[in-house]
Amino acid sequence: MAEIILRCKGSIGIMVEAEVIRPDLFAGKKKEEIEELLVWQGPKPLPLSEFFDVDVSRAIPSDTRPEEANILIEGDVSRVKRIGQGMKDGRIEICGCAGMHLGAEMAGGSILVRGDAGSWAGMGMLGGMLHILGNGADHVGSAYRGSWRGMTGGEIQIGGSARSQLGGGLAGGRILVAGNVENFCGIRQSGGLILVKGSALRGVGTEMNGGTIAVCKAIKQFSPGFVETSREENVLLGEVQLEGWFGKFTGDYALGKNPKGRLYCQGGLEDAGNAQFR
Amino acid sequence: MAAATNNTTIIRNGHVFDPLNEINGDIKDIFIKDGKVVSSLTSAEQRDATIIDATGKTVMPGGVDSHSHVAGAKVNAGRLMRPEDHYKSVRTRTALTHSGSGYTVPSVYKQGYDYAAMGYTTVFEAAMPPLEARHTHEEMRSTPILDMGAYLVLGNNWFVMRCLKEGDVEKAAAYVAWMMRTHKAYGIKCVNPAGVENWGWAKNVHGLDEPNIHFEVTSREIIHGLAEVNELLGLPMSLHLHTNNLGHPGNWEITRDSLAIPSDIKPSQKTQVEWAETKMNSRRKQSVYLAHAQFSAFGGSSWRDFQSGVAGLVDYVNKSDHVVIDNGAVPFGPATAMTGDGPAIHDLYMLSGQKWSNTDVEMECGSGVIPFVYLKSSPISSIQWAMGLELLLLINDPWKTIMTTDHPNGGVFTEYPQVMTWLMSKKARDDTAKECHKWAYDKSSLGGVDRQMSLYEMAILTRANPARTIGMAHRKGHLGIGADGDVTVYDIDPCKLNLNDTAALTARLARPDFTVKDGRIVARKGEIVAVPEGRRYYCRPYVDDALEKEMLSDVKDWFKYYTVGFANYPVPEKYLKNPVAIPVHNAEAEALARR
Repeated sequence: MAEIILRCKGSIGIMVEAEVIRPDLFAGKKKEEIEELLVWQGPKPLPLSEFFDVDVSRAIPSDTRPEEANILIEGDVSRVKRIGQGMKDGRIEICGCAGMHLGAEMAGGSILVRGDAGSWAGMGMLGGMLHILGNGADHVGSAYRGSWRGMTGGEIQIGGSARSQLGGGLAGGRILVAGNVENFCGIRQSGGLILVKGSALRGVGTEMNGGTIAVCKAIKQFSPGFVETSREENVLLGEVQLEGWFGKFTGDYALGKNPKGRLYCQGGLEDAGNAQFR
Repeated sequence: MAAATNNTTIIRNGHVFDPLNEINGDIKDIFIKDGKVVSSLTSAEQRDATIIDATGKTVMPGGVDSHSHVAGAKVNAGRLMRPEDHYKSVRTRTALTHSGSGYTVPSVYKQGYDYAAMGYTTVFEAAMPPLEARHTHEEMRSTPILDMGAYLVLGNNWFVMRCLKEGDVEKAAAYVAWMMRTHKAYGIKCVNPAGVENWGWAKNVHGLDEPNIHFEVTSREIIHGLAEVNELLGLPMSLHLHTNNLGHPGNWEITRDSLAIPSDIKPSQKTQVEWAETKMNSRRKQSVYLAHAQFSAFGGSSWRDFQSGVAGLVDYVNKSDHVVIDNGAVPFGPATAMTGDGPAIHDLYMLSGQKWSNTDVEMECGSGVIPFVYLKSSPISSIQWAMGLELLLLINDPWKTIMTTDHPNGGVFTEYPQVMTWLMSKKARDDTAKECHKWAYDKSSLGGVDRQMSLYEMAILTRANPARTIGMAHRKGHLGIGADGDVTVYDIDPCKLNLNDTAALTARLARPDFTVKDGRIVARKGEIVAVPEGRRYYCRPYVDDALEKEMLSDVKDWFKYYTVGFANYPVPEKYLKNPVAIPVHNAEAEALARR
């Protein structure tokens, strides 16, 4: 495997937009060529070497296959945006935390973040694997601002928790969160799967018309447009096995007469007065 | 091309298509001096002139768009509502041009550059609510290159409706004349007459003789009244009509009946301007100009039995001489529906569930905005695509038709080259019909239409007729002596025109070799090379002084209902960059004695 190491030179002031950090773009490039790739800092285009030391000692120059390209980022890149944006192949591993738009619109390959990731990670993702061991922020795996059609394929795993609008406009693929989420998880969802092992604050599945959301603990404040249809034990969602009894809801009836969204919730409804029961 | 150090330009040896001068592909030189077309240049002037070699190329007057939503409050609402529309459609700044973004609702700079790059030099904003006139003018003054103007929305104006209810056409005329001068407006737009007012009460009107709430005036009365006002004042453009029931299956009949309403009114264009020379009469002949006919030519009775209703409408237009239409083509892809017809937008929301907005403009009108996508897989979109083309191909006389997409309602203006290709090539239409839903041909007559429009006809539909219809042919839409030096040079050799290579034809129409504005090259193969400021046209009609005074005292009283004061209502001329006032003097209107 051809491994290219990017080492942060120091702390970064104004955030850097670095959509050029892509394994399939690095593949087959010499050290100098990688160093000369342009990133934006505010209004200025600057070479990548302004911010990173590029180490290709572990790379195999003759290997130009994008699927074998592997980028290891050392240091804090929480002020570097758009890492891996649009990547189709290869692998990125980030030892610390990553900035906004990590893996946005990625179509293939994989990204592993050992720390946290900023907002909009995996936005409009088409395929591939985005694994965040720490916490995600807002809009993880969601649609671009204003759009109602978000992620269509691939998988996002979050080891910690995420904040609001996780999987907004989700149309395909799946998002697995080990911790909790906040507001409007799966808003406008039309397909795919969101699994939250912890609990959610409010607005889960608001205006959803398809796809599946499962919240394994409580939903603090239920969306009013959901109707409980049954209770099921040990639900199997694709390859994901849930354990225990779940209430199954359909919605969101606020959007239309015959919505196809499915919402599973295990824990007690702390604010059950907001949900409608048949 | 020689370096230009002076103010003369020669376009040599091109095949010129100039329908108002009956020039059909003849090889000619076009001479421009001080921004105007002239018959010849002295040899000294020729030596210093900017010379464009147009040998083997098509030369047309600069494009004229008579109906496009490009400036004002609802366009901006569309921009604000649709960040996703701007995300992937960006233009970076150059030494000469601003940056910009937006696909269906571009920023003002991008709009100007994109139109110019496509060979268009004149664009008129289709709907300016009086209270939003200031905003509209602010956007037009920031739009580079293009000559512009805007039509004032008056079809549900309380003062107009009250006058018409009282049968006082003279007072309505006095009010409209004052409003045009006050808001620096160019023409009269009438949107869903009587219906938009009812929408304030969550209702609409669905017939021409349905009196609306409170004012108890009917659509028929408003259409006839405003058409009468229009001709009494002698405005350059006729009444511009957006019919009732727009976007409803089966609406073609009410459209036909609406067009019949002003059939008894004689067009009377009384503009006091200098007329450039043309062989044909370049004054308008119509007393009604129907906007985006495609949306008003629906057949069937519901979305289930939806079909093209174009045939019935075309039948009427073919035998009527007082009508011009623009088609409002649907070229597929993303669009943003925006109109003064609030209820029509709500109908679209009920169909699509998309984000949407509606606005009530106090005592004047309304409006709404909603994103929309026309999909080739959709049976309805596919029929609408067919209908937009049917309208232009089935109306025999091209002087009754104008090509638009009702930008950005049917599609974006940058799709014009694609629409032109469909009109010119049967193969292009058949190819698209294969890609889209089969209802396109099954539920319209387009599949059986063999007509392929010529470059001459395209010049009528995109230059000569829009200019003549809106009363701008004294200087736009042709290349007669005295006309504005606005020219498009397409890399198309009419002698070697290959209608089967449709992709190449579209590409050449999209990126003309040269766009010349007032004798100056502004775009070369799609690249902007100069950014002159355009002009803003508006009309100054007048009525009898005593009548105006009487009307004004009424209007001042009326302002107790407005949120703005009377003194703050007008748009001062300083809001316009390069304003060109068109004086309109109709002796009859100015001598109107009170009954």
